Amino acid sequence: MEVKDIYIRDMKYEDFKENEYLEEYVKELRANGVNIAIAKVNDLINWGRSNSVWPLTFATSCCGIEFMCLGAARYDFARFGWEVTRNSPRQADVIFCCGTIVHKMAPVLKRLYEQMAEPKYVMAFGSCAIGGGPFKSSYHTVMGIDKVIPVDVYVPGCPPRPDAMIYGMMQLARKIKMQDFFKLPAQPDMAKYKEKETDLEKLGNESN
Amino acid sequence: MKVIDELLAQLPFATVEQIGKEYKVSIPKEKLYETASFLKNNQRYSFDFLMDIIGMDYGDNLGVIYTLSSTQFPDTVLMLKAEIEDRDKPEIETITDLWNCADLYEREVHGFYGIVFLNNPDMRHLFLRQDWVGYPFRKDYNADPSLNPIPCTDENLEQMEDLPSVEMVNGEKKEDHHKMFEEEEYVVNFGPQHPATHGVLHLRVSLDGETIKKIDPNLGYIHRGIEKMSEAYTYPQILHLTERLDYLSGSISRHGTCLAVEKGLQLEVPERAHYIRTIIDELTRIASHLLGWGCMAMDMGSITAFVYGMRDREKIMDIFEETCGGRLMTNYATIGGVMKDIHPNFQKKVKEFIPYMRKMLKEHHLLFTGNPIARGRMEGVGYLSKEQAISLGATGPTGRASGWSNDVRKIETYAAYSHADFQEVLRTDGLTFDRYIIRLDEIEESLNIIEQLIDNIPGGAYAAKTKAIIKLPEGEYFQRVEGARGEFDVYINSRGDKYPYRIKFRSPSLTLVNTLKYIAVGNKVADLVMLGGSLDYVVPCIDR
Repeated sequence: MEVKDIYIRDMKYEDFKENEYLEEYVKELRANGVNIAIAKVNDLINWGRSNSVWPLTFATSCCGIEFMCLGAARYDFARFGWEVTRNSPRQADVIFCCGTIVHKMAPVLKRLYEQMAEPKYVMAFGSCAIGGGPFKSSYHTVMGIDKVIPVDVYVPGCPPRPDAMIYGMMQLARKIKMQDFFKLPAQPDMAKYKEKETDLEKLGNESN
Repeated sequence: MKVIDELLAQLPFATVEQIGKEYKVSIPKEKLYETASFLKNNQRYSFDFLMDIIGMDYGDNLGVIYTLSSTQFPDTVLMLKAEIEDRDKPEIETITDLWNCADLYEREVHGFYGIVFLNNPDMRHLFLRQDWVGYPFRKDYNADPSLNPIPCTDENLEQMEDLPSVEMVNGEKKEDHHKMFEEEEYVVNFGPQHPATHGVLHLRVSLDGETIKKIDPNLGYIHRGIEKMSEAYTYPQILHLTERLDYLSGSISRHGTCLAVEKGLQLEVPERAHYIRTIIDELTRIASHLLGWGCMAMDMGSITAFVYGMRDREKIMDIFEETCGGRLMTNYATIGGVMKDIHPNFQKKVKEFIPYMRKMLKEHHLLFTGNPIARGRMEGVGYLSKEQAISLGATGPTGRASGWSNDVRKIETYAAYSHADFQEVLRTDGLTFDRYIIRLDEIEESLNIIEQLIDNIPGGAYAAKTKAIIKLPEGEYFQRVEGARGEFDVYINSRGDKYPYRIKFRSPSLTLVNTLKYIAVGNKVADLVMLGGSLDYVVPCIDR
């Protein structure tokens, strides 16, 4: 495989300057029996990060048992590289919210989320964490954890099977792979919103 | 019964109504302590087991129902009822000095109905935050979400530890405040989010060096208000919620609720359904004990045991998946029978599972029971006497490990248990090791029950025909079943609607967490997690 075959989305091959030394270097290494591939550091980091996310053990109710099944003999999420479940938010970068969050628990969840190091992700596991689930008419249930913290992936079910959780994990891995490690997360362009507003205001004024 | 009639005749102010072996005794609220103490301390017929305290809102009056049973005549249930007219300042005497389990029950009633128990030194909310506005179980509760918004700050520990109380000193009421812990005490927080508390449980542990001095369990981190929600749900809808109480023995709770509703409807359930439900219940019990065993072993550091337990549990999950459709939540029992007939492979798979499980049980014993480190940690630790177990209402394997025979399957046979010949597993030492080993023994006994029933499932319908809208006739219905971690009771108060007026579940785990307060004191903090594991409570079952 040649170096120029490596696809980099934002940059054409011609845009690179002084590629020759790299190509020579790779050729030499390969000739001496070294396996080497060249990629963007961003992709490499994201590839590594997406396959070794450290989850926080956080299970409040029924879904937590399915989370335990996921870690146990049959479903065994160790084979995905997710098995390093941490007991401290300081060491974790994804929080699986398995189960209902109630009013008394909400500040605790928020605090745990805030204690996690950046970049951090949240998975809402089960219908209670998504939107209150079967407890939607309760006086003490938070109707979805997105009322308290931002959520990256929603896994529906009551409780979802461990397979569903593996699928959810894969979606999160996709999401991580899409990120730019060297940039801050994209912020919404507020100026654009303002323009739109003024357009609407104009329209409103004209109709009046 | 003659004895109990004689006993109740000594209470001239009481009105007694008897249905079978259930006695409903209404008394004026002033006589409550006197009557309770008379029933408890009676030599001939002591009602020494306080099953539950049920708060009630009758509309005009508030009320309290004490369900009592006896170790001498365990099949008798006595409901002691008292009504309180004053809705603004409801007060009643405490019975905490008679039964150890009463303190948490009284706090629960206080938090939900605002009834103050005089002389109870601890009148905090049990499940709700101390700053919660209103009493949610009252019929006139204002459910406006703006009154109780989602809190943004952690609960104030000072507020959490301030115990308000109303005491009677020489006939005069005196409001008082105590502190849970002394100023110089060394208090450690355990939870609410801790991998070894078996759920979201917050324990405030006061330590002297490494020795535990006092434990204050702080509950409610998963209080979902199931009982209150049920008051607006139809009976078939409620079943869905009961499974989510104690999710490890969910199908047993669901079965119990079905039985309570069927009792009210006087519905004849086909024999086939009884057999199927019993087999499913016993499979659930095995699955639950496997998880309980595995988790307790993991609490002591043995992850292999946890993996072994989960591996065998998956076999049961496979059986459930085929017949019921669900894994953890079977959603199987329904009013009048079961949802659908069993899968053609069901009997074959269950029969394959029995010898497999027996073989694996030997492996479990080999792996962990004989392990000198495990034995050293479990033997001689966490003693619970029989008297204490009864006073605490610690039913199920915990009580049976202390020699208290409390198996509802034997006491009040339901479903198809009368067709199976089985032993109630009893041990007498009441130590952690007994609570550990009793679960493995119960798995064996459950396998025996299934073995006897699986080949004899009768033919016929799997469910009785029920009306599209189920309305329960007016009255009170009470049903006891044996869950995986103790007695699970359902109390339904119906006013003839399709919704219950009040439904109350006796959660076995609530008394178990109360037991922890007693058995952990004097032990090392390193053993706390293991002691909790030996009691095997499920926190959503505590909080409901």
